[in-house]
Amino acid sequence: MNSQSQFYLHTRIPSTFYLWWSHFKKNKLALVALVVFVLFALTAIFANIIAPHDPTAQFTEFVHLPPSWYDAGQTQFVFGTDYIGRDLFSRLVLGARLSLSLALVVVLLSSSIGIFLGVITSFSNFWLDALIMRIMDFILAIPSLILAVVIVAVIGPGLPNAIYAVALVLIPHFVLTTRTAIRQEKNKEYVTAMILDGASLPRLFFTTILPNILPPIVIQLTFAFSTAILEIATLGFLGLGAQPPFPEWGTILSESYNNFMFASWTVTIPGLAIFFTLLSINLVGDGLRDAMEIEKK
Amino acid sequence: MFYSISKQGINFLASFFVLTLFTFALANFFPEKLAFLYANQIDQSLMANHGTNYDLVEPNLFNSYLFYLQQLFDGNLGISSVRGTSVFSEFFTYFPATLELSIVALLFAIFLGVPLGILAARHKNQWQDKSVVSSTLIGYSMPIFWWAMLLVLFFSLWLGVSPVASRIGFEYDISPVTGFMLVDTLLSDQPYSLEAFKSALHHIVLPSVVLGTVPLAIITRSTRSSMISILNEDYIISAKARGLSPVTVLWKHALRNAALPLLTIIGLQVSTLITGSLITESIFAWPGAGKWLLEAVYRRDFPVIHGAILAIASFVILTHFILDLLMTYLDPKLRRKK
Repeated sequence: MNSQSQFYLHTRIPSTFYLWWSHFKKNKLALVALVVFVLFALTAIFANIIAPHDPTAQFTEFVHLPPSWYDAGQTQFVFGTDYIGRDLFSRLVLGARLSLSLALVVVLLSSSIGIFLGVITSFSNFWLDALIMRIMDFILAIPSLILAVVIVAVIGPGLPNAIYAVALVLIPHFVLTTRTAIRQEKNKEYVTAMILDGASLPRLFFTTILPNILPPIVIQLTFAFSTAILEIATLGFLGLGAQPPFPEWGTILSESYNNFMFASWTVTIPGLAIFFTLLSINLVGDGLRDAMEIEKK
Repeated sequence: MFYSISKQGINFLASFFVLTLFTFALANFFPEKLAFLYANQIDQSLMANHGTNYDLVEPNLFNSYLFYLQQLFDGNLGISSVRGTSVFSEFFTYFPATLELSIVALLFAIFLGVPLGILAARHKNQWQDKSVVSSTLIGYSMPIFWWAMLLVLFFSLWLGVSPVASRIGFEYDISPVTGFMLVDTLLSDQPYSLEAFKSALHHIVLPSVVLGTVPLAIITRSTRSSMISILNEDYIISAKARGLSPVTVLWKHALRNAALPLLTIIGLQVSTLITGSLITESIFAWPGAGKWLLEAVYRRDFPVIHGAILAIASFVILTHFILDLLMTYLDPKLRRKK
């Protein structure tokens, strides 16, 4: 016995999340995007502290005031004011809260329904599977925005209806992702072992299969989140989602659209907010996918 | 081959069946229910008996559905409650504009996206690749209504080089033959047909760039990824080893094999284009099906809403079906499959 055997080397076995993170943080661009996204999220959470003015308050003596970096601008209205003298910065900050939280609601709604249906289809008999998949194929076949517009047209414009419509449009993606992932795992030995041990369906799904199909679902979640933000903004822009004076990003853009020839900042700045939010989410999603792929190999 | 064709045919019919069920259910949510389908059939005596009572719809849901299907196959989609014109014929006046815009946008996306994707794949992880990949991400994250406004701001308002609305200058009088403005101007026997063609071309550039941006990003990315995986295949290495020029290897050996998966991706862009045309048309005042549907939504013109979703969705389902058949025909692996 030499002295070395007196010690044992403590090798820490890193968790899967830690491994993902260790791959993820090597991607500098994705890391920057994550920081940007966290900043947006913090803005959304502390919106009422950050916003200097009431988003619907009209400062009638400052209509169409340019942003503060222009000569005519004023520092109390950082991004200028819109056509009825509302502070654009405050509206965008509260819009961040609105957009992100609505997208979160949409994603929670569609992912829970979609994953549930995905589990049902992959463990059910042929007919139920075929029925659900036909319906999902059908929803996928109709262009998403057209479907959302028609649903809103029938049940009436407004924010809650827009949310239902966008959530419905996103459900098939979750069903398909879950179904494909489960089909790949279902016949593997560890799952058979659990079935032989008499595991119930919820247990089989949550503790056995779910950890192994997490990567595609997480990627799908980021994709759905950015799609939800974009679609809600688009419906808002078309006048079918949030109604004015609600400070929703798409609605702000549609209100400024008529004046953008002489007040271009009321269009460029809200658009930049949407654009950077979407870009950061997509970059984080890409980074996550790369990290998970490396880990899989 | 017969097996796969019949399978695709059944899939297509099933999708269409689900679509009619959906639109039927939708129509029953409308305030006038299915009454708009009866609109051109009610004779005056019936009107005298029922007065303004619109509840003429068959009470039995199944019979009602059969009647609905029968009307669809007769090409009766009802009458627009705003304009009083047949929805079916309205669709065929508006849809070619959308189709024209989408085709030009798709061509723009393919002819720019495929070379860019190949360039990125060839210079993998070099600056060319990195700049292409990051610009696709930007294109993918761009809300297209904002992108349209930025382009209008820059090209129309600052530089003044592009018109902002409609399909052609108002001074030209072109009678529709095919519905495609670019074709109609050339077919027209007016003395100014060439100028009109130029004007039409001028008008389509900006909307098609806006509409083509998202497909461009998607096509570039998928060309890049499929080319990267193909360039690692043995047959490419052996082609290189035989001393074929890089151009031949790239364009003849690699691209031909990347073309099939690419065709699937291009086929999926039909949905993206239709979705985008809704926004693009409303910004550029392009008189297409998207704008038609949106105006119907604003005016609560339910027969048009119903007709538009039915027609647009049928078009998408039909193109997917045709593309599937084309894939079966082109792909030897699929062709030989039972």
